[in-house]
Amino acid sequence: MALLTAPSKSRTVARFAEQAARDKRFKILEAHIKKFQHRHDALIEILHKAQELFGYLDNDVLRYTAWQLKLPASRVYGVATFYHFFTLKPKGEHNCVVCLGTACYVRGANRVLAAVEERTGVKAGATTPDNKVSLVTARCIGACGIAPAVVYDGTVTPRQTPESAVAQLNQWMQP
Amino acid sequence: MTLNDLEQIKAKELAARKKIVLRCCMAAGCMSSDAKGVKEQLEKAVADAGLQEEVEVRGVGCMKLCCEGPLVAAEPAGTLFAKVTAANAPEIIAALRGCQTTLAQADPRAPFFTRQLAIVLANCGVIDPERIEAYIAADGYQALYEAIVEKEPKDVLDAIVRSGLRGRGGAGFPTGLKWGTVAKSPGAKKYVICNADEGDPGAFMDRSVLESDPHAVLEGMAIAAYAVGADQGFIYVRAEYPLAIARLQTAIRQAKAAGLLGSGIFESPINFNIDIRIGAGAFVCGEETALMASVEGKRGTPRPRPPFPAERGLWDCPTLINNVETFANVAPILRRGADWFAGIGTEKSKGTKVFALAGKIQNTGLIEVPMGTPLRAIVEDMGGGAPDGGKIKAVQTGGPSGGCIPAQHLDTPVDYESLTTLGSIMGSGGMIVMDDTTRMVDVARFFMEFCMDESCGKCIPCRAGTVQMHHLLEKILARQATRRDLARLEELCDMVRHTSLCGLGQTAPNPVLSTLRFFRREYEELLQPDPHEAHGTVPPMPMTRAAHVR
Repeated sequence: MALLTAPSKSRTVARFAEQAARDKRFKILEAHIKKFQHRHDALIEILHKAQELFGYLDNDVLRYTAWQLKLPASRVYGVATFYHFFTLKPKGEHNCVVCLGTACYVRGANRVLAAVEERTGVKAGATTPDNKVSLVTARCIGACGIAPAVVYDGTVTPRQTPESAVAQLNQWMQP
Repeated sequence: MTLNDLEQIKAKELAARKKIVLRCCMAAGCMSSDAKGVKEQLEKAVADAGLQEEVEVRGVGCMKLCCEGPLVAAEPAGTLFAKVTAANAPEIIAALRGCQTTLAQADPRAPFFTRQLAIVLANCGVIDPERIEAYIAADGYQALYEAIVEKEPKDVLDAIVRSGLRGRGGAGFPTGLKWGTVAKSPGAKKYVICNADEGDPGAFMDRSVLESDPHAVLEGMAIAAYAVGADQGFIYVRAEYPLAIARLQTAIRQAKAAGLLGSGIFESPINFNIDIRIGAGAFVCGEETALMASVEGKRGTPRPRPPFPAERGLWDCPTLINNVETFANVAPILRRGADWFAGIGTEKSKGTKVFALAGKIQNTGLIEVPMGTPLRAIVEDMGGGAPDGGKIKAVQTGGPSGGCIPAQHLDTPVDYESLTTLGSIMGSGGMIVMDDTTRMVDVARFFMEFCMDESCGKCIPCRAGTVQMHHLLEKILARQATRRDLARLEELCDMVRHTSLCGLGQTAPNPVLSTLRFFRREYEELLQPDPHEAHGTVPPMPMTRAAHVR
């Protein structure tokens, strides 16, 4: 895999310097890494920040993080792929998270999900081909008192039905 | 900071209290129904009516009856406005002045509230979680002062042992024993970890405590650190709880600024720092060895125990790991005495337990009841039974590691032992009520799918076993399975349970086993006749446990 082949040291430094000069988000990430004093145990915190900055973790970001922390790229890749929260693919313009926790499930979250999948034409975990909507499921967002809950672009919305979910998607997916 | 300073802050805070207090729920549930807008409009309405001198609008944590949110409570009148919208604000202010109101109200004298006994949730929904002064005014940090300045670590340990407190994360390990082991373990560096990776679907107690009373958890951790001799703590909290993280960060900052955390707590030589570690969505990280790997910035995979974390944990140092609710119990125990705490609950399960009541039930929300309260009192009296005239069929506790307790066992008291006898566990406190429309095989499949997705893949019984069990459950639900498949499923349950590395795998079969135990007919109704049997060519049945284990 391309990620795991390490270019020679001087070329790596030159490459990352050039990258950082082109994209100032790398500078912000570097400052964040410095805040954690390049500590290895801060890897997850740093990946959180990187995902916040870039939206997702591509090979460049992962390799840059590994280089900065002086960790093997395999370790960074391993951590990034282990945790569900990190995504290695770009997200759509809007984000729809259907909670499938037990409380939501017994109150019909699976029907909400089915309706959402039908409206978007993609399965959970995927993004629509026009890059408008990413559809994700969650294992419980702790909003069990207002089940079933759906998170639209970061806003937790209570007591959803297939109809209300589709109505929200219609707003997003209008041409 | 000295005791005198604490007293002064408390006196000042109490003196500034206004005649009427409007408490607005600002926990995640109500926030999703525009609780923020409600609070802003109430503040505006108070200003418009010129009542700033008399009325305080206070943002508080969870007010427990989540299904009726956003909630606004008026004190001292004791009215509890339910499902409030921002537009209702002027009417609420008018009601304070004695006007008749048609706004929806919840009854604070309903069993949902009166049967609760608040120890962990005492400040929850009462104080402003974003102000340390409010916590101090509720006698906060006094227990820490007494522990550090007036007591020896062994006295603190002794109090926790005598209180009979047991871990609230699910397994119910005696807290005092755990603390004692860490205290005795040799090592210059020790750690205290708060497990706030509340992964059980359907559980939101820890989120509510962190959002509503973060200082209680910090104080509990600091006391624990003093008792075991640690100077560094971590709170491992889920990324799914952004509000809890924000409030914890605020609380830690305030406590450090006040000299209640950090170096030289209460001007003593005692140091204790707390850092937050944010999880990244892996259920297995609720397991303590996996959690420690994650704190170290690695993949969250568990390792065999022993050595237990109390002896060799984080970076191979002795480490104390307790759940949020366990830590929240610590300060009240020290403040009010171990004997007081030991007087609540049953013989083996002391104190109270917080449950997140959800699912097919009228009143969903947060409850705290004494250990030993019968399940029926919780779901029927407090929860109000199933909605729309439905009938309660089962109560699920313990999430994917627990089981379903059928309606005929509703008189079971809620304590660690009784729930284990019924094939379920106390768990962290998620309590999902199911009515007669819920299909139990489907529930078992739901939890198995969860465990299959969340298996970390380190050990084979869990990694491959959950996939096979899920496949068999799918097959049963598709009405394509035979009696032999069911036998195979039971055999797999047994194997995965006894051979998995960590708690995730060891308990993954529980939902299947408990639904099989009480709802076997639902499985059997879905089975097809075995073609082999029809032809008289029955191959041998899969081996049972007796044949291959021991």
